[in-house]
Amino acid sequence: MPNTPAEVVQLIALLIVHIVLGLVLLGGGRALGRRSFLVAATAPLLAVIWAISNSAGVLDGSVPTDRVNWIPELGLSLGFRLDGFSLLMVLLVSGIGVLVNLYSLRYFSAGRPGLHRLAGLLLVFSAAMLGVVTAANLLVLFVAWEVTSITSYLLIGWDDADPKARASALQALLTTGAGGLAMLGGFVLLGQSAGTFDIAALAAKPPTGTAVEVALVLVLLGAFTKSAQFPFSAWLPGAMVAPTPISAFLHSATMVKAGVYLVARMAPIFAEQGIWRPLVLTVGLVTMLTGGYRALREFDLKSILAFGTVSQLGFLMTLFGAGIPEATTAGVTVLLAHALFKAALFLVVGVIDHQAHTRDIRLLGNYGPGWTGPKLIAIVSGASMAGVPLLFGFVAKESAYDAFANGDLAGRQIVLAGLVVGSMLTFAYTARLLLGAFRPGRPGRDVSSGLDAAAASPIPASPIPAVAAPSPWFWLPAALLATFTVVLGVVPGLASGLVGAASESLDRRIEHVHLALWHGVSLPLVLSGLTLAVGIALSVAGPMVAAVQSRIPRLADGQANYLATMKTLNRTADRVTGFVQPGSLPIYTGVILLTAVVVPGFMLIRTPMPDLPAWSTGPGDWAAAGLIIAGGIAATVVRERIAAVLCLGAVGYGMALIFMLQGAPDLALTQVCIDTLGAVVFVLVLRRLPNRFEDRATRIGRNVRLVVSGLVGIFVFVFILVAVGVRTETPVSEEFVARSLEEGGGRNVVNVVIVDIRGFDTMGEITVLAVAAMGVYGLARLTRREGRELKSFAPLRRPGTREEGES
Amino acid sequence: MRRSLILDVVVRVVFHSSLMLGLFLLFTGHNRPGGGFVGGLVAGAGISLRYVSGGIDEVRSTVPLRPWTILGTGLMVSSLTTLTPLFFGRQLMEHAKFDLHLWFFGAVHVNTALLFDVGVSLVVIGTIVMLLVAFGERMPTVSNPFIRSNEDR
Repeated sequence: MPNTPAEVVQLIALLIVHIVLGLVLLGGGRALGRRSFLVAATAPLLAVIWAISNSAGVLDGSVPTDRVNWIPELGLSLGFRLDGFSLLMVLLVSGIGVLVNLYSLRYFSAGRPGLHRLAGLLLVFSAAMLGVVTAANLLVLFVAWEVTSITSYLLIGWDDADPKARASALQALLTTGAGGLAMLGGFVLLGQSAGTFDIAALAAKPPTGTAVEVALVLVLLGAFTKSAQFPFSAWLPGAMVAPTPISAFLHSATMVKAGVYLVARMAPIFAEQGIWRPLVLTVGLVTMLTGGYRALREFDLKSILAFGTVSQLGFLMTLFGAGIPEATTAGVTVLLAHALFKAALFLVVGVIDHQAHTRDIRLLGNYGPGWTGPKLIAIVSGASMAGVPLLFGFVAKESAYDAFANGDLAGRQIVLAGLVVGSMLTFAYTARLLLGAFRPGRPGRDVSSGLDAAAASPIPASPIPAVAAPSPWFWLPAALLATFTVVLGVVPGLASGLVGAASESLDRRIEHVHLALWHGVSLPLVLSGLTLAVGIALSVAGPMVAAVQSRIPRLADGQANYLATMKTLNRTADRVTGFVQPGSLPIYTGVILLTAVVVPGFMLIRTPMPDLPAWSTGPGDWAAAGLIIAGGIAATVVRERIAAVLCLGAVGYGMALIFMLQGAPDLALTQVCIDTLGAVVFVLVLRRLPNRFEDRATRIGRNVRLVVSGLVGIFVFVFILVAVGVRTETPVSEEFVARSLEEGGGRNVVNVVIVDIRGFDTMGEITVLAVAAMGVYGLARLTRREGRELKSFAPLRRPGTREEGES
Repeated sequence: MRRSLILDVVVRVVFHSSLMLGLFLLFTGHNRPGGGFVGGLVAGAGISLRYVSGGIDEVRSTVPLRPWTILGTGLMVSSLTTLTPLFFGRQLMEHAKFDLHLWFFGAVHVNTALLFDVGVSLVVIGTIVMLLVAFGERMPTVSNPFIRSNEDR
């Protein structure tokens, strides 16, 4: 490719490095054990170096784009582009990826099995995530998106001996997978309406119409499930069963941002269309509020963070979904701030969990010396999340308030009020997190003292002893992230370039972004002050809040909804299967035959009947027909199964005779062989059945059968007459005959047709034959073994339980 | 059910002829009636004769390979024949024809379609053996003293 920008070539090379290294680790990294993470860190490190070295050009506004033809027949190409927003996402994904890998080196104990699998999967996931954020094409984005879902499934279920991990992994996969399917439908509709799947082309000339409006809702469904928006948030707190480095990476900083990313990309293009804006704003705000509310009643540090993440994702969704320039810029800022503080918080929680062996805020609090570092990191990051001034989170929140404080967006006051209340809740759950983890001199005391607490989870009687200090190397990655939070908080101008480039690449209306700490006294500042004041009040009144919460019934419990949905789905599937598969051979056969008669037969009635051909070509025909008719009638009358099979064989031989007489020795030969072997196979199977037919059909049943078989007979007769008689074109077989010797190199046209002209058919047929043979073998063996298996499993049953069928 | 000496002997006489007939049909198929499918069926019929005379043990001792091995080999041969032309810049499933000079037999037309047909007949034979193994059983009683079956040991 002559004009491929070097950046794109390097990007594709990077993706390949990620995937290959990941697969190598998955396949052969067992011996490396914990050191797999060191190996795995190299790939994201390369990506970070690559992103930084290319940042100058991208920040200036150049957008390296290119595509590699993938399936040209379908117009599919592997398109990648690197603009400001992609650059920001690449830096976040790979930067946090490096830190998480280094952190994992300390987090996991050396002898733990399966670590190479974790490291390899992390790399494959990183590749997919990089693919999502650099895809120039909706379909490439979709493929990468689905790979993130699958790797996330494998990562959540990494501890495959734990049923809870497996259930949570499945829940995540089902939720995001269902959304992904809807999204694919939306993408296809969009692509068909616009005539292109290229994101830049869509942005340049957005399609309109009802189809597009439907498509947008479908796409949003994908984004909502992926980013754990209401009412699909339940999977994210469940995903916290994954090891903490995974939670920090996938479920706070990267994967869950994929939905936000997509909305950010599409909102400036499509926000005005259909119900996009009301839908996204409502869902985002509801998510932000419910997430914050739920976080206030959790006791597990990770669960608080998980619901907090849900809340923050709702925040981001609201900002990006509005599709107005100021909100988009604010969204980019919050995205960056969130990645920095949330990853750091997760890493610190992992440190605490690792050292204290618990994450319960009712037990923590008694720390030994040497915890200053982790405490500082947690306080700085938490304060940033809560929106305390002089930290980056404050700058971000300020810009979010600012976006909705002015302007002419309909309903902006409601959005602003929602954001403020959500931020108050954020402050409150941050306080709950930090006080719960670090309140000094409180071994084993219950902060909430709510009724709910005592009822929900019993507290172990004895407080844990003072927690030993972690190695500084353990919390160094988190410290790095916290440093960014502080530096960017004091001097936000440093991030202006990156945030500006990212925002401009999302929305062309955005020009010259300048982040600053001090905007002068204005509505946003007042609101920030209000947020802090109410937040502090909420956290001081923590126990009271908990008491109030415990009185309010849980309104919308996502987990219960998910379980109910799954239950309904299973029950419906059972019923449908029970209805469609009654297990009765006559019904199956009847349905198949009737369908065959009714569907083509309906068309047959409308076609004019052709003239009848000659009844016979010679006396041999009469003999063959006699044999066939006699055999057919006899097969229905005889009482013994074997005899019926032999009668069917006679029908087959009669057919062979006709083939012979009409000059088709090939067919005749095959027919004879098939019938002979068929009889043998029949005999093999019939040995298991009673010798004689047991005719239990009622009079009505018998009549129904008679009608069905009569219909089939008439249908086939007419069908063949018509099929032979209505031919208008010259048969294709003439050309077969003409070209058989010349090109196929054989004089036997039938065989040349089989192995050459229609060779693909044959290939397919023998494959089907092989599969069917294996299926039959499996079924036969299964029924044969059943008896023995029951016996051999008998000793494994629990003593005292009575065996079924014994009584 | 007793094992019949006459059936045993007749089957043993006919068995190799049926295999040869199957091979013949396979090789002659491209120019005269026959082909891989029929060839496989005829050979399979020969094998099922062995079953009729001596039960599944007889089939197992006659066919040393496992049925799925035959099946898989057949599928592999056919698909490789289909794919190979791609490596020579030809179209999928394009068959090559050339003349081979064997000093004793003279010139022979060779067509790679034959290889494809070999795969087809292997699949057919494999399927038949598989059905026999799946549904077939041992001879319940052994009346032929010259054949030791597993039950004797």
